[in-house]
Amino acid sequence: MRAFTLPPSRLRSSGGTPIVRRAVVLAAVASLGAGLLAGCADDSGDGASDGSSSDGKGKTTLTLGLFGTQGFKEAGLYTEYEKLHPDIKITDNVVERNENYYPALLNHLTTNSGLMDVQAVEVGNIAEIVATQADKLVDMSKVSGVDKSKWLDWKWAQATTKDGRTVGLGTDVGPMAICYRKDLFEKAGLPTDREEVGKLWAGDWSKLVDAGEKYKAKAPKGTTFMDSPGGLINAILSSEKEKFYDSSGKVTYKTNPAVKSAFDLTAKAAEEGLVGAQTQFQPAWDTTIAHSKFATVACPPWMLGYIKGKSKPESAGKWDVAAAPKSGNWGGTFLAVPKSGKHVKEAEAFITWLTAPEQQAKLFKVQGSFPSAPSAYSSSAVTGAKNEMTGDSPIGTIFAKAAQSSPVQTIGPKDQIIQQGLTDNGVILVTKGKSPEEAWNTATKTIDNNLDK
Amino acid sequence: MATRHDTAAPPVKEGGAAPARASADAAPTEAEQRHRARLSRRWQRDIRWSPYAFVSPFFLLFLAFGLFPLIYTGWASLHQVELTAPTDMEWVGLRNYTRIFDDDFFWNAAKNTLTIGIIATVPQLLMAMGLAHILNYKLRASTFYRVAMLAPYATSIAAASLVFVLLFGRDYGMINWALHQVGIGAVDWQNDKWPSQFAVSSIIIWRWTGYNALIYLAAMQAIPQDLYESAALDGASRWRQFLHVTLPALRPTILFTVVVSTIGASQVFGEPLLFDANKGASGGAEHQFQTLGLYLYEQGWVNQHLGRASAIAWTMFLILILVGIVNYVISRRLRASS
Repeated sequence: MRAFTLPPSRLRSSGGTPIVRRAVVLAAVASLGAGLLAGCADDSGDGASDGSSSDGKGKTTLTLGLFGTQGFKEAGLYTEYEKLHPDIKITDNVVERNENYYPALLNHLTTNSGLMDVQAVEVGNIAEIVATQADKLVDMSKVSGVDKSKWLDWKWAQATTKDGRTVGLGTDVGPMAICYRKDLFEKAGLPTDREEVGKLWAGDWSKLVDAGEKYKAKAPKGTTFMDSPGGLINAILSSEKEKFYDSSGKVTYKTNPAVKSAFDLTAKAAEEGLVGAQTQFQPAWDTTIAHSKFATVACPPWMLGYIKGKSKPESAGKWDVAAAPKSGNWGGTFLAVPKSGKHVKEAEAFITWLTAPEQQAKLFKVQGSFPSAPSAYSSSAVTGAKNEMTGDSPIGTIFAKAAQSSPVQTIGPKDQIIQQGLTDNGVILVTKGKSPEEAWNTATKTIDNNLDK
Repeated sequence: MATRHDTAAPPVKEGGAAPARASADAAPTEAEQRHRARLSRRWQRDIRWSPYAFVSPFFLLFLAFGLFPLIYTGWASLHQVELTAPTDMEWVGLRNYTRIFDDDFFWNAAKNTLTIGIIATVPQLLMAMGLAHILNYKLRASTFYRVAMLAPYATSIAAASLVFVLLFGRDYGMINWALHQVGIGAVDWQNDKWPSQFAVSSIIIWRWTGYNALIYLAAMQAIPQDLYESAALDGASRWRQFLHVTLPALRPTILFTVVVSTIGASQVFGEPLLFDANKGASGGAEHQFQTLGLYLYEQGWVNQHLGRASAIAWTMFLILILVGIVNYVISRRLRASS
């Protein structure tokens, strides 16, 4: 708006020399023409005759639309597949954050243009994709070589419509455990052995808060028991079979006692100062990791990688992983093939291979993305997995156990909006001195406004 | 020789460079006359329509990316329509507009836009005026200072906001650390209402002060030097010179910056979006710094309610027109009084 206003003294100046003027006009016309041409040169022709999608040697180029770091390339899976199929070349287009990736994907799906051969979908969005865009995606359950029984039941169910079409194949899952600091636990007089720590709170989230009270009594100065209210409520909710929607697809978050009790328990922990007043994945939260300011965090495998990235070197080996009170899932991606893609058949074959257990195990080894195929859990890549932060702990077996005991959760199209309302407009307020009642009211008012069409 | 002097070239003298016209010695034939008339008509058409062709790229682009979206937004605002299925529209009439009247979130955002606008614009323009006044004196390395003033403007909003988020951090931010040194307790810059609005405004102030200062400076340099000289001869101090020479001469410029800043303030978006502690564009846990721009974005792109977002956009547009009219009336009053 302000960029093209000139100071008044310049407004009366002439438009430049004729040569400059001509150059400007030419440039404007050229750019306009280029834009129009680019706008028209899309979507035409089928895969075989389209020059842009095959190079001189007659190879087929498969394109993947991804977000974040999926790690397929890093794990060498593209090169491996290209070796197996010399006529295929694979490229990907990675958007750093899912908040930027997903709206664009949705736009492309609704207009059925601009789609890659393969598109990744985050677990938080899969329900909406399943509910609204299934007719634009290939039903992967019908593709040859896809064997439903290879996936965790609940992972397969998440990407399947009511009438049985499966729009995406799962890559990884986020089985949740509780990561804790052995050194801080020791100072606070709590057990440090992962079996005993797990027993502290086995079966009931409120026991986790009880343990937090014990921790607080003798806690090292300046530390909190858990990292953030958002992390806690998220962990509790992810272990419930139903949270925001009932099985018929109705929004029930306000009347579901499981949600209210998760909220109240988190609010209680926040009131007692057991959780830090932080929002996860914000710079300030990162700093609390670096300064070792909290003793526990709800943690899927990928979280260990995140902690490693934000920690100072001296905290290596001080972490350990215990089972969560109840198993839940946090995170995970699906790969889908849009019907309007240029190489649908090749894309189907590729993601079938890419999501096979062996490839998932390789991915876990390099990237820490936990396999969604149970048969991978017995492979050495998983059983022998170690993390620098947790020393010799057999994290692979712990997380595998959590993955297999996670509930088949009803997920709804607006889960993300509801969850965000409960955390960022809800429980966080309790750490700011608001009463749980006020926090609940703010949260529900925000959520209802956001859900109202 | 019968030559038509009105159309023919002047006769060539002996040894002239130009070749003689072949038909110079004959009256123009019928065909040639028609040809000339055609040329002439083409020439006139050219004169008449070429300018339009030259300006057309802008208007074509405007049609495609300005007018069409405007009309489509208006159409969408009368429907219930979701981003997940933009073609699936359900007519709801003015419901999207009527509900704005009892939408607390909208009015909260409108209030925030106003207060952030005031906190950001008023000090910004005052500081810009002061800076311009100082820069208007003969200074060593004045070009350096002028370029330096424009540097924040050249910085991207994203980069600047992210740095400010770090500075304003509650637990490890540099500003709270400095406050702590002088004995003031930690301020929660993100979660408390006024501190967060102040922090967002400070990003805007930082970014636009130098820009406005340069506009003022340019206007100041157009003021004749002799006015200052005679004022100085009359014994006016620099402050008096500023009050009685500079300010009156700058009046139109000040008006211009006020209008532009008002428009800018009503569209504040990037700074509060990136200052947000969460990703939902909700402008803080209690929406304490959610501006209208953010609310529009939240409804449209986060919650995917295209119809509601369109209605908000049109309401903002109408509010802006109102602001424009108020501005116009004030400026006319000012001009009349001077």
